[in-house]
Amino acid sequence: MQLALFIIFGLLAVAGAINFLLQRHPINSALSLVVVMMSLAVLYWSLGAEFLAAAQVIVYSGAIMVLFVFVVMLLNAGEEERTHGSRAAYFAGVPGATAIFCLLSFVFLTNSKAFGSTDLTSHLTHTVNNIAEISQVLFKDLLLPFEVTSILILVAILGAVVLARKEQ
Amino acid sequence: MHLSDFQTFLLLSILKIVVVLVITLTAVAYTVLLERKVLGRMQNRWGPSRVGPFGLLQPLADGIKLFLKEDLTPLAAEKPLFLAAPVIALTCALISIAVVPFGAVTKIAGVDMFAIADVNIGLLVILGITSIGVYGIALSGWSSNNKFALLGSLRATSQVISYELALGLSLVGVVLRSGSLRLRDIVAVQSTHGLLSWNLFGGFQFVAFFIYLMAAYAETNRAPFDLPEAESELVAGYHTEYSSMKFAMFFMAEYANMITVACVATLLFLGGPSSPFGSLLPTPSNSILAAVLPIFWFVLKVFAFLMLYIWVRATLPRFRYDQLMSFGWKFLLPVAMLNIIATSLVLALRG
Repeated sequence: MQLALFIIFGLLAVAGAINFLLQRHPINSALSLVVVMMSLAVLYWSLGAEFLAAAQVIVYSGAIMVLFVFVVMLLNAGEEERTHGSRAAYFAGVPGATAIFCLLSFVFLTNSKAFGSTDLTSHLTHTVNNIAEISQVLFKDLLLPFEVTSILILVAILGAVVLARKEQ
Repeated sequence: MHLSDFQTFLLLSILKIVVVLVITLTAVAYTVLLERKVLGRMQNRWGPSRVGPFGLLQPLADGIKLFLKEDLTPLAAEKPLFLAAPVIALTCALISIAVVPFGAVTKIAGVDMFAIADVNIGLLVILGITSIGVYGIALSGWSSNNKFALLGSLRATSQVISYELALGLSLVGVVLRSGSLRLRDIVAVQSTHGLLSWNLFGGFQFVAFFIYLMAAYAETNRAPFDLPEAESELVAGYHTEYSSMKFAMFFMAEYANMITVACVATLLFLGGPSSPFGSLLPTPSNSILAAVLPIFWFVLKVFAFLMLYIWVRATLPRFRYDQLMSFGWKFLLPVAMLNIIATSLVLALRG
């Protein structure tokens, strides 16, 4: 069951990501990104992280991507021109992407035993409460970093308001 | 023939889904009739009264009319998105019913019969689906290539995003009280002493209830927050260019959303399918009666909410756009946060 879900939604996520790159209209790209986010949410859920899945849907597909679509609609962005790309991108990008791919596959293959042995049974049978665990970590063990991050975000919001305000 | 556990689960689940879907769609059709009738009586006229006895067959006639109308698509419309938008709107409106428990826990062959899916993050699932539902409205307005439709969908999107915050925060108090996001647990906390243990009265969540009610009206684009389809300025808002069944899908989505919101309010604040009299009423010894009575209470509460919706629509004039935004951000949001602080303080002091 889990394998079937992984294959279906993994493929959907990859297809969405490729479609995101190939589409020429910004709104179609944004919608493919929504598909990617939703498939990722299903993958999280199938791994026993239901709170993360719900947060993924509510925050990413429900709020951030809606804002993307909203801005595309508001600016009435038209279709993009297809260019051949810069020469530097070809010379630096292709070897760079190959190198990162090789590095990642090397790391995953050498450490595959450690990844494979993660025990998920207590999560999947709901003996461990996901939300309680997250709140333990967030509000007890990592309280200071969490609060500092919130203040950082608050400062960012204030900065955006200051930048957007009209000069009197 | 002997069925395995998985097969019985599958068959019963399909049965539940079909029955709930049929009932919801019928309820949607008759909510439209109810609204027209009650609105008519409130404005001192009859409302639909010609088709069938008391106009009871009016939804059928409306359905046939919408089905037989010409299905227009504007030439300059963005075709795929124009077709997808009503489908997204209706699907999202109908899916959230799946996590709503509408009766007491009644197991047949190990399957809970009165809830399609008992998910341990049921409340978050409902919030997630509501937040996805915006795409239907946003895309419909943009893909129609019409300025009124675009304005309507821009209004709808910003309104829904703004009120989603107040809506989500108003529910935190309820979640704090029950300590769970599973809707069955939230109902169980409220079903001990009938009316007095409801979150609305015993839980002192009436502020949260008020915020939820306001935010829910805005989320479903209903009066007095129906700016996205304000007919006096925007023709019909985001569905201006839609006709025939595509329009009907938007129409059904709006009423299905109303029913979902009413269901959630019933579950979170009014004790869901539990009886308002608590232990004053004797528990029925007949097992069929014991299964049906909670459904009766649930439907009664949902019906009361729908009546409130219609009453508000008949009473209040429409907000202005800036009033809508400042009401949501400057009033509802801070009050919701204060409610969270007060509730958690009380819970911490008592616990």
